[in-house]
Amino acid sequence: MTTLLWGVLPYVALALLVAGLVWRHRYDRFGWTTRSSQVYESRLLNIASPAFHYGILFVLAGHLVGLFVPESWTASLGIGERAYHLLSLYGGTAAGLLTVAGIGLLIYRRRTNAPVFRATTVNDKIMYVVLLGAIVLGMAAKLTHSSGDGYNYRASIAPWARSLFTLQPDLDRMRGVPVLYGIHAVIGMVLIALVPYTRLVHMFSAPVQYLVRPYVVYRSRDPRQLGPRPERRGWERTGS
Amino acid sequence: MRPMAQIAMVMNLDKCIGCHTCSVTCKQAWTNRRGMEYVWFNNVETRPGQGYPRRYEDQERWRGGWELNRRGALKLKAGGRFRKLAGIFSNPELPEIKDYYEPWTYDYRNLTDAPLGDDFPVARPVSQLDGKPMKIEWSANWDDNLAGAPAHGALDPMVERAREQASEKVRFEFEQTFMFYLPRICEHCLNPSCVASCPSGAMYKRSEDGIVLVDQDRCRGWRMCVTGCPYKKVYFNHRTGKAEKCTMCYPRVEVGLPTVCSETCVGRLRYLGVLLYDADKVAAAASVRDEKDLYEAQLGVFLDPEDSAVRRACEEAGIPHDWLEAARRSPVHALISRYRVALPLHPEYRTMPMVWYIPPLSPVVDALSEGGHDAEDHENLFGAIDTLRIPLEYLAEMFTAGDVGPVRASLEKLAAMRAHMRAVNLGEEPDPSVPAAVGMGAYEIEEMYRLLAIAKYEDRYVIPTAAVTDARRLEESALPEGCSLDHDGGPGMGGDGPFGQDSGRKLLPLVSVENFHVLRRRQRADESDAAAVTHTPEAEET
Repeated sequence: MTTLLWGVLPYVALALLVAGLVWRHRYDRFGWTTRSSQVYESRLLNIASPAFHYGILFVLAGHLVGLFVPESWTASLGIGERAYHLLSLYGGTAAGLLTVAGIGLLIYRRRTNAPVFRATTVNDKIMYVVLLGAIVLGMAAKLTHSSGDGYNYRASIAPWARSLFTLQPDLDRMRGVPVLYGIHAVIGMVLIALVPYTRLVHMFSAPVQYLVRPYVVYRSRDPRQLGPRPERRGWERTGS
Repeated sequence: MRPMAQIAMVMNLDKCIGCHTCSVTCKQAWTNRRGMEYVWFNNVETRPGQGYPRRYEDQERWRGGWELNRRGALKLKAGGRFRKLAGIFSNPELPEIKDYYEPWTYDYRNLTDAPLGDDFPVARPVSQLDGKPMKIEWSANWDDNLAGAPAHGALDPMVERAREQASEKVRFEFEQTFMFYLPRICEHCLNPSCVASCPSGAMYKRSEDGIVLVDQDRCRGWRMCVTGCPYKKVYFNHRTGKAEKCTMCYPRVEVGLPTVCSETCVGRLRYLGVLLYDADKVAAAASVRDEKDLYEAQLGVFLDPEDSAVRRACEEAGIPHDWLEAARRSPVHALISRYRVALPLHPEYRTMPMVWYIPPLSPVVDALSEGGHDAEDHENLFGAIDTLRIPLEYLAEMFTAGDVGPVRASLEKLAAMRAHMRAVNLGEEPDPSVPAAVGMGAYEIEEMYRLLAIAKYEDRYVIPTAAVTDARRLEESALPEGCSLDHDGGPGMGGDGPFGQDSGRKLLPLVSVENFHVLRRRQRADESDAAAVTHTPEAEET
C-alpha cells in the first residue's frame, strides 16, 4: 500500500499530467480555455474569482517553498523551526481562508445562478469535488496539527517529494505521516492528474508574454491553409 | 514609408431603409449556433438610440478604445499590460449578456402538445440561457424606429453629449424628432484596441488585407478584447468560452466576393475596396492631441494610389500589382479621400476605424419637404443644413468627435449633388456655382453621383483576390497538396484520429472551382440567365 500510494501514484499523476497536456495541445487547442461564465453573472464573480485565484496562487507558492526548499536552507537563513511553523501556519491559513472563501462563493454562485449552473458540465463537477477536497483537507491537516511546534512535514513529506525527482522515492519517510496529511497528499496528486483533462488546464496559459509583445499583432495568411484544410473542432460543416 | 493594404467599407446612410437583411443574412452565415444566440456581427441600430449592446458608446462605463496618457502617448483606456494581468481573474468592465439581451426561443411544442381545453395554446418565450420561461424585456433592436424614444431616447450617450453642446434640445416629440439607421460591423481598425488588449496574442490583424481575426486555437477566453473594443464588436461565445468577431467574410473576400452583408444589402449602400495606408504613421495619427483632429489625421495616413512614389513603395513592400490596380479603382478610396463625403465612426476612440459612413442628408430633406419647401433647391438645402442644428450636432458626435465642420461639408456636397443632378435631369442649364460652392467641378460631382446612385456590382465591390501567386494555387486547390494518399478517407489518412472521430486532422470535402465560378456569374448577372443557372457541373453529370 505504501509503495502504491507513495511510490507509484506520484509517477502516474505526473505521467497523466504530461501526457494530458501534450494531448490537449495536439488535439484540443480549441477546447483549451478558461470557459468563463462571467457573461452570465458578473457581480459575484468580480469579488469571488480574484479572491480565489490570488489565494490559490499564494497557497501554491507556500507548497513550493514547503516541499522544495530544504529545512537546512531556511535554517541557514536563521529561520528556526518554530518561526517557520508560525509563518506557514498564519500565512498559509490566511491564504487558505481567502481561497476557501473565494471558492465557496464561486460554488454558491454556480449553484444558484441558473445560466451558470446550466453551463456546468459533469467534468466541472468532478473537478470541483477534487479541488474543494484538496483545499479543505489541506486546511484541516494544517489546523489539527497546529498546536505547539505543529507537525514538521519538512522532515518527512518534503524529503519524500524531493526524492521523487531523483527516481528513488524515499518511501520510509512517509511512514507515520498523519492520516489527514496523507489523504491531502493523495487528493493533491489526483488533482494534478486531472488538470489537463478539466478546465483547470487554463493555468498553463498564463499570458506572461503579453508584458513584452508589441500591442498590435500582425500575421499573414498561412499559405499552407489555402484550399482544403483540416476541419477544426468547433468549425465542422453543419448539415453534412 | 511602410505601405500596407486594407479592405475597407463605406456605407451610404442615406440609402439605408433599416430592413435588417444584412443582419439576418450575416446571422445565418456566421452566428447561427449555440453560444452565439445573442451575437450579431452585423447589426442595424436606429439613431438616436441606445445601440447594441445598450449604451456601448459610454466609454466612461465600458472603458473601450485608447486614450492619451499625461505624456501624450496612447494607452488602453481599460488599463495597460500590468493592470490587465493583475486583474485577469475577472473583468469588471465586461458587459453581461443581459447588456446585449437575453436570447430566447419559444416553446413551440406546446402549440401541438397542449391538452384539449378552453384556451388557445400559446408558445411562451423560453430563455436560451437557463431554459426557463422568461419575460422579454429587451433585444438587439428593441428601440427600432425610435420605439420607446420618449422614455429611452435620452439614454443615448450621443444624445447626452449633443445636448451638452447644442443650445437647443434633441427632441423626441413625434413632430420634432429625426432618425436614421446605422448598420454596424467590426471596424477592422488600423490601430485595433481589441488586438492590443488580448493577453494571449490570439487576435491579429492580417498583414495582406488588414482583416482583424481571432485565432480560435490560441484564444484562452480572458475576455479583455470584449472590453477593449469600443464598438463592442468582439463577442464572447458562452458555450465554447472563446471570443468571436466579424471576419469581414474573409473566405469570400479572398476569392473576390463581397461580404455577405454587402452582397445581400437591399439598398446597395455598401462599398468595398482597397485602401493603401502607411503603417508607420498610424501611431502618430492616433495620438494627435485634439480629438477633432483625428479625422484629418486618419486621412493623412492613407496613401494615394496614383502617386508613383507610393506605387513604387508598395511594389517594394510586396503588395501585388492587382491590389494596386484595385486600389486605384477603389470606390472606398474615392468616397473617403477624393470626394471626402465618407466619415469614420467615432474617431475619438483612437482606433482608426476602417468602416466609414456617408452621413444621411435625408433628415434635413424630410424636414424641408414637410415644411412645404422645395427640398432639392440648393439654397434651401444649404440653409437647412445649418439651421437644423440638431441633426448636425448629433451627427458630429458620431462621426467627427463633435466637430460639425466635416459633417456640414459632406452634407453640402450631397446637397449640391442633388441640386445639380436635378437640373441635369430636368434638362435645365446646371448652375456652375452650385458645385463650385462645395469646391467641386460639375464633372466631379457627376462622377460622385454615378458612384452613389447607379454604381453596379463591379463598381461597388472592387475586391482583388488573394495575391496572384496564391491565385494559381487556389485554382489548383481542388487537388490536395502533398502525398496523393493523404486525401480524405485515403490510405494515408488512417481513418479517425487516435481519440475518436473528433480528434486528429481531417480534410474538408472538396469544392470544385467550376461551381464557384458559376455561382459568381449568376450573382453578377443583371438579369437571371437560365442557362447559367442550370449549367452546373452536377447538371452535366446527371
